[in-house]
Amino acid sequence: MATSLAESKTPAATPGTAAPEAVVVRFAGDSGDGMQLTGGQFTLSTALAGNDLATFPDFPAEIRAPQGTLFGVSAFQINFGSTDITTAGDAPDVLVAMNPAALKTNVDALKPGGLIIADTGEFSKRNLDKAKYDASPLEDGSLSKWDVLAFDISAMTVEAVKPFELGNKDALRCKNMWTLGLALWMFDRDREPIAQWLRDKFKKNPVLADANIAALNAGHAYGETAELSGPLKKLHLDPTPTQPGLYRTITGAEAVSLGLVAGAKLAGLPMFFGGYPITPASAILHNLVRMKEFGVTTFQAEDEIAAICSAIGASYAGQLGVTSSSGPGLALKTEAMGLAVMTELPLVIVNSQRGGPSTGLPTKTEQSDLYQAVYGRNGDTPLPVVAARSPSDAFECAIEACRIAVQYMTPVILLTDGYIGNAAEPWKVPDPSGFEPFPIKFLESKNGDDQLLPYKRDERGVRPWIKPGTPGLMHRIGGIEKAIDTGDLDYSPSVHQTQTDARKAKVDGVANGIPPQDVCLGNEGGKLAVVGWGSTFGPIHQAVRRARAKGHDVSHIHVRHVWPLPGNLGDLLKSYEKVLVPEMNTGQFKTVLRDQFLVDAKPFNKVSGQPFTIAELESAIEAQLD
Amino acid sequence: MNEMTSIQTTLKDWETDQEVRWCPGCGDYAILKAVQRTLPAIGADPANTVFVSGIGCSSRFPYYVESYGFHTLHGRAPAFATGIKLANPELDIWLVTGDGDGMSIGGNHTMHLLRRNLNCQIMLFNNEIYGLTKGQYSPTSRVGTPSPSTPGGSVDRPASPCAFALGSGARFVARGYDISKKLPEVLQAAYEHKGAAFIEIFQNCIVYNKDRFDDFTAKPVADDNQIWLEDGEPLLFAKGTKGLAMDRDACCLKIVDVVDGDWQAAGVTVHDVKNRALAHMLIDLRVAPRFADFPMALGVIYDDPRPTYEEELLGQDAKSREGKDTDLGKLLAKGQTWTVEG
Repeated sequence: MATSLAESKTPAATPGTAAPEAVVVRFAGDSGDGMQLTGGQFTLSTALAGNDLATFPDFPAEIRAPQGTLFGVSAFQINFGSTDITTAGDAPDVLVAMNPAALKTNVDALKPGGLIIADTGEFSKRNLDKAKYDASPLEDGSLSKWDVLAFDISAMTVEAVKPFELGNKDALRCKNMWTLGLALWMFDRDREPIAQWLRDKFKKNPVLADANIAALNAGHAYGETAELSGPLKKLHLDPTPTQPGLYRTITGAEAVSLGLVAGAKLAGLPMFFGGYPITPASAILHNLVRMKEFGVTTFQAEDEIAAICSAIGASYAGQLGVTSSSGPGLALKTEAMGLAVMTELPLVIVNSQRGGPSTGLPTKTEQSDLYQAVYGRNGDTPLPVVAARSPSDAFECAIEACRIAVQYMTPVILLTDGYIGNAAEPWKVPDPSGFEPFPIKFLESKNGDDQLLPYKRDERGVRPWIKPGTPGLMHRIGGIEKAIDTGDLDYSPSVHQTQTDARKAKVDGVANGIPPQDVCLGNEGGKLAVVGWGSTFGPIHQAVRRARAKGHDVSHIHVRHVWPLPGNLGDLLKSYEKVLVPEMNTGQFKTVLRDQFLVDAKPFNKVSGQPFTIAELESAIEAQLD
Repeated sequence: MNEMTSIQTTLKDWETDQEVRWCPGCGDYAILKAVQRTLPAIGADPANTVFVSGIGCSSRFPYYVESYGFHTLHGRAPAFATGIKLANPELDIWLVTGDGDGMSIGGNHTMHLLRRNLNCQIMLFNNEIYGLTKGQYSPTSRVGTPSPSTPGGSVDRPASPCAFALGSGARFVARGYDISKKLPEVLQAAYEHKGAAFIEIFQNCIVYNKDRFDDFTAKPVADDNQIWLEDGEPLLFAKGTKGLAMDRDACCLKIVDVVDGDWQAAGVTVHDVKNRALAHMLIDLRVAPRFADFPMALGVIYDDPRPTYEEELLGQDAKSREGKDTDLGKLLAKGQTWTVEG
């Protein structure tokens, strides 16, 4: 997230001055320090305080990277405030660094004048060496452009939990709760929900619960005392004005899981989920396993291929087949997607994109599977693609993917990414009675003149869904080209031409059932349209908002239906003088837009494994307007 | 097998109107007839029967059986079958595969289907060659097989499908061959076994690997070179004049002469389909070089049922659903929530 652009443009929300609209805090430590847990609980307390928020967990691919190393640093960033928040924030106002490596890898992102909280207990010679520091940065003046609050968190934690007689190792494990306690004090938060969570978590070991709560309280108490003398000041951010209703926090992986369950229910079908462990998609399998009572069957297959093939088998047998993976896994599923297109069976394929190619950046985010989703199969094999823009949007997108799959008898790819999957945001819990059902009808009797026609198409080009087990409708399907209506083997030239055209027309026709493309911020027509898809929504939206506030003629268009594209999108794009397409890839959607509409779409790309910052998009927009 | 109401059908009811596209004289015709004879005999219901196949000559099979059929991807039939069975355990599933499809590109899926014990019948047609791609050597081809991809003869040692199945945890392993009159009996036994039933069927590819199995299937040698296994019966062959007995010192089977039918005197071993160690020994006969002069073991080699995958998995699912709220609204609002007042 490091960017010099942000630093020069946005003053830090210096603690001690009047409360800012939003604050960005980053917790960074060793991957064993429990930073994701700390961040998660801080997120919860932020949500309970009524602030809008967005988070960005950023952790290494290694499960237990060697302690104290630069590559073992795990970070969790949260942006929260009293206004609408759509990104995890550009540059942190506060950096909590639990060791030298965490400081080194994160400090450059911190705003000038921002606050560093560091645990001196971890700044030993050994740890400094591991972080490749020649001298302690806490003492050599190299941190002079920031406020530094350095004290021995380790020792204070050990002291706080002394009464519980834990070993030194276990005592030090409470460090993250001490730090969280301090953060709760800083932002005027209630400790009780966290204490309750600790009591639940350590139900079987109440001593650990008590020790952690003691550490939490000690960190909080430290804030009270330190306020008098140091740079530490208490900040209270008012709740974000927001629509009344019931709220919870939700991650993208949770939203996808819930959306799939809702989608299957709206279709009136049981759901079969075939999955294979892969980062960052496994969370969806873990979630669905706990939703069995909603007609969900989960199957951990022997590989990615078996995962999708079993899901297709389940769809063939009359359930809603779903599979999920990330880029490399999607590549393995490719051949089976072709079979689902060829046999015309419904299927939802969720791709939580990560950095590629090959194993690439397993725990980092990217949008580089767009080509793979839209084009990546052998033969002319079109299928619809829907992309989620945020954790909560993933819920609606999952329902939409289910709808298209069953209404058009086609596989549908739902694109999310590592950022959406892991990030959390507040979500207004929807009322399911407001969802429009799309119930499925299976064919129960012959649909021809005393003949079964499994591939007879309706006016939208869709064939009937026929479950094995239905008396009198025995028939055979497969991957070989099939005769019109009967579906019998037939690879004569005119048949392949007709069926290829029909499959394409069917998928193209999905565009007739989706809303026309809107402009989510700005005007129809004008100087510049910034066109995005997927998780770049947040930073693009904020960047366009800021540019517009400066008086620039720029609009934001966000595309959910990546394939087929909304029918009016071409004309809409042509109503602007310029089109800019920021993407976390080397320009894939830009190419699709150019190909489909012959517009001079300009790319703006980033593939660092980190989301765009608002500031870098803002400058890209201004460069177009110069 | 599946417990379902027995349906009256004839062989004709199981024939489709599709033109069969195998080469004239192919062993697949005989297997197709054997299956179409077996299905009425077991009272199968065409509407409740699904034939699932991969890719290859054998995998065209579903098109010729008047039931539900799914011709899927090369090697992946077991994965499709798993999804179908878990989605509807009432369906009776027959999987059709070959030595290339099931042992090479799909070896992984075959292994996992067997280990999980999904209730279905797996017919692996073994012709020791790739037929549909025009004659390359396969994972079951014998060492030295000349083929378009191995003009100097193949050097890699063949896999043994039945040994693979047993090693993967199969609870039913049987053998037959295309033109054998006993094939329907073997298929019926496979059907009656609840769980994954693996049947290796030697099949004559008359174009690329003609008469490969003549050394034990040809009429003049059949009696001497085949041993048909029956549970609880002595391991006799050559019209009862020879038998298999345990060589206790070498810890393997040996051939003994049986005089005047007194197999007990000759120490002939009695077949026990639940004896896995014996199954391993029987599978090796005639296949492993050390036992090349032994008869080929045919019929049911191993049959020791265990609970099926779908019973256990779906049973666990059903249990976990007990007493749980299925209100979607409540699911969406799970976890820590807060209310913003209007």
